[in-house]
Amino acid sequence: IATMSVFCEVPQAAPVAVFKLSQDFNNDQFPKKVNLGVGAYRTDECQPWVLPVVKKVEKIIVHDDRLNHEYLPILGLPEFRSSASKIALGDDSPAIQENRVGAVQCLGGTGALKMGAEFLRRFYNGNNNTKTPVYVSAPTWENHNAVFANAGFEDIRSYKYWDAEKRGLDFAGFLGDLESCPEHSIFVLHACAHNPTGTDPTHEQWKQIAETMMKRNLFVFFDSAYQGFASGSLDKDAWAVRYFVSMDFEMLCAQSFSKNFGLYNERVGNLTVVARDADNLKRILSQMEMIVRTTWSNPPSQGARIVAITLNSPELFTDWKDNVKTMADRVLLMRAQLKAKLQALGTPGTWDHITEQIGMFSFTGLNPKQVEYMVKERHVYLMTSGRINMCGLTTKNIDYVAESIHEAVTKVQ
Amino acid sequence: MSRPGSSLNEKRVKLNEDPGGDLSVFTKALTAAESPETRLLSAFNKDPHARKAYLAGREYYSEEGKTFELRLVRRIKQQLSADPTTRPEYPSSLGLTEFTRRATEVALGKSSRAIVENRVFGVQTPGFTAAVRLGAELLRHWYNVGADWCGPVYLSSPCHDSLAGIFQAAGIPDIREYYYWDDEQRGICLEKLLKDLGKAPERSVVVLSASAHYPTGADLSQNQWAMITKLVMRRRLFPFLLLPAQALCYGDLERDAWPVQYCASQGMELLCAQSFSHCFGLYGEAVGHLLCVLKQNSLLLSVQRQADKIVRSLWAQPSVGGAQVVATVLSNPAHLVEWKQELKSIVERCMLIREVLRERLRLLGTPGCWNHLTQQGGLYCFTGLNGEQVEFLSKRRHVYLLPVGCLNVSAINGRNLDYIAESIHLAVTTSI
Repeated sequence: IATMSVFCEVPQAAPVAVFKLSQDFNNDQFPKKVNLGVGAYRTDECQPWVLPVVKKVEKIIVHDDRLNHEYLPILGLPEFRSSASKIALGDDSPAIQENRVGAVQCLGGTGALKMGAEFLRRFYNGNNNTKTPVYVSAPTWENHNAVFANAGFEDIRSYKYWDAEKRGLDFAGFLGDLESCPEHSIFVLHACAHNPTGTDPTHEQWKQIAETMMKRNLFVFFDSAYQGFASGSLDKDAWAVRYFVSMDFEMLCAQSFSKNFGLYNERVGNLTVVARDADNLKRILSQMEMIVRTTWSNPPSQGARIVAITLNSPELFTDWKDNVKTMADRVLLMRAQLKAKLQALGTPGTWDHITEQIGMFSFTGLNPKQVEYMVKERHVYLMTSGRINMCGLTTKNIDYVAESIHEAVTKVQ
Repeated sequence: MSRPGSSLNEKRVKLNEDPGGDLSVFTKALTAAESPETRLLSAFNKDPHARKAYLAGREYYSEEGKTFELRLVRRIKQQLSADPTTRPEYPSSLGLTEFTRRATEVALGKSSRAIVENRVFGVQTPGFTAAVRLGAELLRHWYNVGADWCGPVYLSSPCHDSLAGIFQAAGIPDIREYYYWDDEQRGICLEKLLKDLGKAPERSVVVLSASAHYPTGADLSQNQWAMITKLVMRRRLFPFLLLPAQALCYGDLERDAWPVQYCASQGMELLCAQSFSHCFGLYGEAVGHLLCVLKQNSLLLSVQRQADKIVRSLWAQPSVGGAQVVATVLSNPAHLVEWKQELKSIVERCMLIREVLRERLRLLGTPGCWNHLTQQGGLYCFTGLNGEQVEFLSKRRHVYLLPVGCLNVSAINGRNLDYIAESIHLAVTTSI
């Protein structure tokens, strides 16, 4: 074989931090090790959880003789798309009644972001948005950047969000960026349970954000991956999205059902489109179809079926809400217990943010050195940013984790 | 929900009154053209004619006229749903390991030198299109990095109407064609094909169908492959092979994948997009695979990691359901036997339909030569009918083919065969 490979100049990509963390955790032999880096729900036995309602519905599907085994339509399963959008916008949403809401079934939340990004690059504010700034929060989910960059956006910036000193939202900074950014910039907003900080704007703050965005002609792209999971209430968690809709924004909302249905491996996502009117919606969806056709062509059916059947049956829907509340309640319990234990230990600093933050993640405020101590000396695995997954905490390991944090804070500056 | 404050309302009103003001930020989004399939299906659904027949679908239809689940697949799905050990977690971006391993083996053959030398990796993708898209992205980002490569990519004429769009969406604008189907010969014209590829710039990517060519159903012979690969290597072209329906062409896993194995055995680097939708009846599950064969195993990790990175910006992880079924079948000898048997009956049925159709046209005295019907393999058949004849079929006989004259053989059954044969006869003999 005389000639060289055409790939001989391909550099080694850095491993993804969160997966490397999991790998290191898996290789660790320490008996009391704890994994607080995982991005999925765990029960108090530290096991992944198949929602009982999902088990029920899977059985229904597998025994259904009348099931159609064809390719799904390009835009996805119709009953999934409409019920998923209703979950985000509310059954009685005027936008839905005005026929200006549509959706695209996608491969998980990532797929929904990807479709939205591809669409915006081609059709938002003219036909070529490669130079339009896209703003993501500082910090944000580590994959936001890659999705928008790969979709062709060349100018991805961050807007101020987390204030490390006060361990809360840097609202003034956030508003400042909204006021000073170029008009027509695209903003990726976390609908609730901000990842990774767990810190959401208050209703009043959202109102101000909306007003400023309207005034400055900024585009709203919501990322909604934790609806129901954050507070335990679907409606509460959707407040921000619904408020923006009521303010007449044209917007996109990327929804993920990975966490709130525990369907991580079935890749169930939905890109909800709120358009100016029915005609705009029609044109937008026709272009979305073109984009889908060159990406995955037809989405997978299993996960969408499970969600659609659940959402469209009153009994199963109630079951699901209960299951979601179970998960959310466990997280809330762990938050309360962790804070209580740190306070009981007299760990220096304030720990209110643990219960003030919401959702799966908490930004502990531990600095990288303290994080290193936690990982190396205590075998408690968390992200360098100090982010922990509350689901990794259980009644059996919470004492050990609290003690570890206490040691890290007192021994390492 | 509270209604907007008055200040915001005023702003809205202002926009409405201003003739220059854009009401929507998406006014540049014009209505996209519907895909020919969508339009066709729409027209078919609205058609009230009692004997209407839809022959333009992509799925395999049973004798009863329904897309169906393989019996084995149904059983396995039931088993998997009752499996207490399944964990609802994010799979790896590259997909299920057992699936990619088996998908790789089934394409290259277990004892392939490339596998033994660890120069191969596979990525599970949500379907065939996604596999092509991933391959296109990989090429766009990492093929000939130093030379800033951005095409051209050569596609067969004709080919699936999304193919060009997929490469373009991945950022490769320069898409060209090479001669493939010859209308008069009603088959592949190798001479013109070689001429076109002979003119291709070095480093061009050539998309070649390993078997079950869509939409013609006409596949290259082993001799033709030998000549093409010689040219490809001489001109330093990069082969991107398509394997959409392995085992559905000739009922033989190895035979359908022979071109992939041949290229690999010649020491070539290649990408191969595979689909398991057809051969497992898993259309709704989007089970695809991108195979990458490299020249040096020292590059495996870097290329694989870059593929992983690209996946994370596209769909992050694939869905597992369908892949689990495929992996379960491919890794179990008893299942394999059963699966191959079910496939064999599907293939035999398609071959029979082709034979019967050809015979029926002969009996009707339909002008022209119809041997190509049985020379081609797989689900699709390029009838050789022209645009006008195809339109005649849909408008006057309510028999729907793709505009290029491609029909789905499996959609023909005992109940509609006569009518369809008659219709083709009329389409050819009626002067319009």
